[in-house]
Amino acid sequence: MRVNRKSLLAAGAVAVVTTLGLAGCAGDSGSTDDSSAASTLTVWVDAERVDALQAAADAYSEETGVEVKLVGKDNADIKDDYIQQVPTGKGPDITMGAHDWLGELSTNGVVAPIELGDSAADYLPVAVDASTYEGTTYMLPYAVENIAVLRNADLVPEAATSFDDMLAKGQAAGLTQPFVVEQGAEGNPYHLYPFQTAFGAPVFGSNDEGYDPTDLQLGNAGGEAFATWLGTQGKNGTGAFNTDIDGDIAKDAFLTGKAAFWLTGPWNVGAAVDGGINVAIDTVPSPTGDPAQPFAGVKGFFISSESKNKVAANDFLVNYLGSEETQLELFEAGNILPANTAAAEAASSDPIIEGFAAVGAEAVPMPAIPAMGAVWQYWGIAEAEIINGADPVATWQKLVSDVQAAIDAR
Amino acid sequence: MQMSTTIGDDTRQDAPPERQTKRQRQASVIADAASGGMKVFLVKLVGLGIVDALAVYAIFVLIAHDQWIPTVIVAAVTALVNWIYFSRRKLPAKYLTPGVIFLVVFQVFVLLYTGYIAFTNYGTGHNGTKEQAVSSLMASSLERVEDSPTFPVSVVEQAGQLGLLVTDPESGDAFVGTNDQPLAEVDAEFDGDAAVAADGWTTLQFADVLARTDDVTALAVPYSDDPNDGAIRTPDGTSGYLYVSNLEYDEAAGTMTDLETGTVYADTGEGAFTAENGEQLLPGWQITVGFDNFVRAVTDPRLAQPLLYVTLWTFAFALISVASTFFLGLFLAIVFNDMRMRGRKAYRVLMILPYAIPSFLSALVWAGMMNQSFGFINQVLLGGASVPWLTDPFLAKISILIVNLWLGFPYMFLVCMGALQSIPDDIQEAAKVDGAKPWAIFRLIKLPLLLVSVAPLLIASFAFNFNNFNTIYMLTDGGPRDSNAPIPVGFTDILITMVYKVAFTGQTRDYGLASAYSIIIFIVVAVISIIAFRRTKSLEELN
Repeated sequence: MRVNRKSLLAAGAVAVVTTLGLAGCAGDSGSTDDSSAASTLTVWVDAERVDALQAAADAYSEETGVEVKLVGKDNADIKDDYIQQVPTGKGPDITMGAHDWLGELSTNGVVAPIELGDSAADYLPVAVDASTYEGTTYMLPYAVENIAVLRNADLVPEAATSFDDMLAKGQAAGLTQPFVVEQGAEGNPYHLYPFQTAFGAPVFGSNDEGYDPTDLQLGNAGGEAFATWLGTQGKNGTGAFNTDIDGDIAKDAFLTGKAAFWLTGPWNVGAAVDGGINVAIDTVPSPTGDPAQPFAGVKGFFISSESKNKVAANDFLVNYLGSEETQLELFEAGNILPANTAAAEAASSDPIIEGFAAVGAEAVPMPAIPAMGAVWQYWGIAEAEIINGADPVATWQKLVSDVQAAIDAR
Repeated sequence: MQMSTTIGDDTRQDAPPERQTKRQRQASVIADAASGGMKVFLVKLVGLGIVDALAVYAIFVLIAHDQWIPTVIVAAVTALVNWIYFSRRKLPAKYLTPGVIFLVVFQVFVLLYTGYIAFTNYGTGHNGTKEQAVSSLMASSLERVEDSPTFPVSVVEQAGQLGLLVTDPESGDAFVGTNDQPLAEVDAEFDGDAAVAADGWTTLQFADVLARTDDVTALAVPYSDDPNDGAIRTPDGTSGYLYVSNLEYDEAAGTMTDLETGTVYADTGEGAFTAENGEQLLPGWQITVGFDNFVRAVTDPRLAQPLLYVTLWTFAFALISVASTFFLGLFLAIVFNDMRMRGRKAYRVLMILPYAIPSFLSALVWAGMMNQSFGFINQVLLGGASVPWLTDPFLAKISILIVNLWLGFPYMFLVCMGALQSIPDDIQEAAKVDGAKPWAIFRLIKLPLLLVSVAPLLIASFAFNFNNFNTIYMLTDGGPRDSNAPIPVGFTDILITMVYKVAFTGQTRDYGLASAYSIIIFIVVAVISIIAFRRTKSLEELN
């Protein structure tokens, strides 16, 4: 009999795990197939922003009687889970996301178009552009994010006028590595893009429907000039760029005062302020006379193509979440620049937000077209090679031909 | 202590009751409890009660979501479990059931599902059903008529049919229409500038609109008799917009026609509407594609160049990892097994530590320590040297092997320790008496006896390392990149990480191809393991 109890317990454990597993599979499905579905919206939200949205969701429920159920999801899984679950009918009605998912979501047929109507004029132009894919709007923009230069105002009191000026000012303050930016062994083209645009080399040309995947501008004369310049700032030059510096190392250098300038996004401002640094936000110092335009990332909400509550979902997003008051509330809860113009202006009373907004005015939306996937694949590694001393022009030309071949292969 | 009839108690009877050790007392308590019929029955009842309660809960949840097949499965399995454990016989089944359930859920199902996916085109652009693809294409083909205004609308109803009460924002006139009837002017009540009610029509409140979401979403009221003028739709029940569609779906013929260019896209059996020139409208839908994925997996020209060295490195990585972890583990096990060693227990705990830390974390920590300019190893241990641990193609391989050795030796240490202790001392003493030297005793007696029990674990370890995705992905992500290769493969990529990069490049997720690859890799590993197991059988004859 002795063994019996053991095996019984084991059996119990197994059955519990199994039933929980099966129940769990079914349990996390949305409300879309409930009979009471008409009055419940399931919204997937980045887990870190649930609190920021909760108040707005509750207020909407009170106003209209539509229950809004916020489900916190890990930011890293949200997109793939959404793509996999929408076709099964178990996805949410609405998901929070970023505009550069658009190409993938649209190709998979999991998003429904959104009509912003007259309210389109109330948003920052970059936000509306970013929400549009092949001429159709799919996303309600709610926040705009872009990188800018964080300056330690105690070390360097004045903003730099150019890239060289920045390095000079930092060296005058007695720093050996005055400027840091996140790179890594495979490079980080997102953070280098402002310098690339300063040389007049966007990734793709644009037409009236947005970025044109057939018009690869990466390899124009400006691109080669950028590559040459990048080579002079790498290992064999000033050392301003270093592929050994990753996000954590850059952060540490800035927080400990070893670097006075840090090219990064609003997500790191909190850490710098908490670290007791007197932070000022500057535009990206240009290595040429032309403005250095970073990519803008626009956060927003998508409506599922399989949602059974499209009317409520549209009403919630377009008429409620897009409004100036709600966007301002979200800003206060989440501290990122609202996509609504009026709310953005109101938010800009904060000098840090104002600093990012000023850079954001020059920013360009990050391309969401699927062809961009081919670019990301080769872009960083080529830049990392140039930083580490490879022949700039030859490496850049190989990058362009690799990207073109990958795009053509599709 | 009661007399009982279990075998365990028989062996214990030679110990006098008053001089039991602590462990013996614990054991006897368990034995007593186990032999007491009532207690067992109670535990059994509570255990099964919990299981059944959870099963009933699961069934309710499943029914609420119309998941009928899982409901039936859960009910059947629960009934079976109850029957088995309440039965007085069925002893073998009581042992086997838990294992079988685990096997089915975590192995058989996963394998079958992977196998099934390998024969489909599931991936980016082929994500759902054909109906979903059609409705998604139709929805995104709607284009708002340029410079058309926003029309204030109300959703109205007449004899069960929904219509839209539309106000022209320029003239201020009210119109009403349905899916079949184009807009026609009506007399209406106004609230401000917008018409809110019309004679003969009931205006729906917001809650009513929500309750009939599907009908409202499908509502497209033709603007005029001419279909080219487009139709008014309302996404939110209060604002209407004038749209024209630039795609037409012919259900009978199964074709999509682009109304601007006149291109006809037909369902050619590729899981997407395809034009004559091969251009496809995406999203498409999921279909079974037979052996296509396998054919693509082995004929992909992009793989031709890197495949050879990736395969060689995969074998080298797996073999060297197994050998290095085994010999280090064995060496340490022999050292700590020596009675002359002091503080063996403390050392043993230290040895197990790497095993206790999650390998994800360890790999990331190692990646940080091996950073060329800022890493702990270069900065502190080597006094500011600049050794490219992870960025030089050859050194990166060495680094991976070192980290994997660190991650893997505690397991081998544990295994070897157990196996060594089970080798009878008298054999060694006999060898000593016969005049054998320590090295000879190890090589000719200990090692072969050890291998009898450890060889199957070495084969398992080989199979594990052959697919050791975590270490590679976390430490180098396959890097440094081979910039000559047409795919983003690197010098430390093993087959499974290369497959990951091929199937999931950029924004493309090709689950079908990935499944086909994993089946191919599974076959390779299975064949090697079978051959190896056959060979180790000869070892067993030693006993």
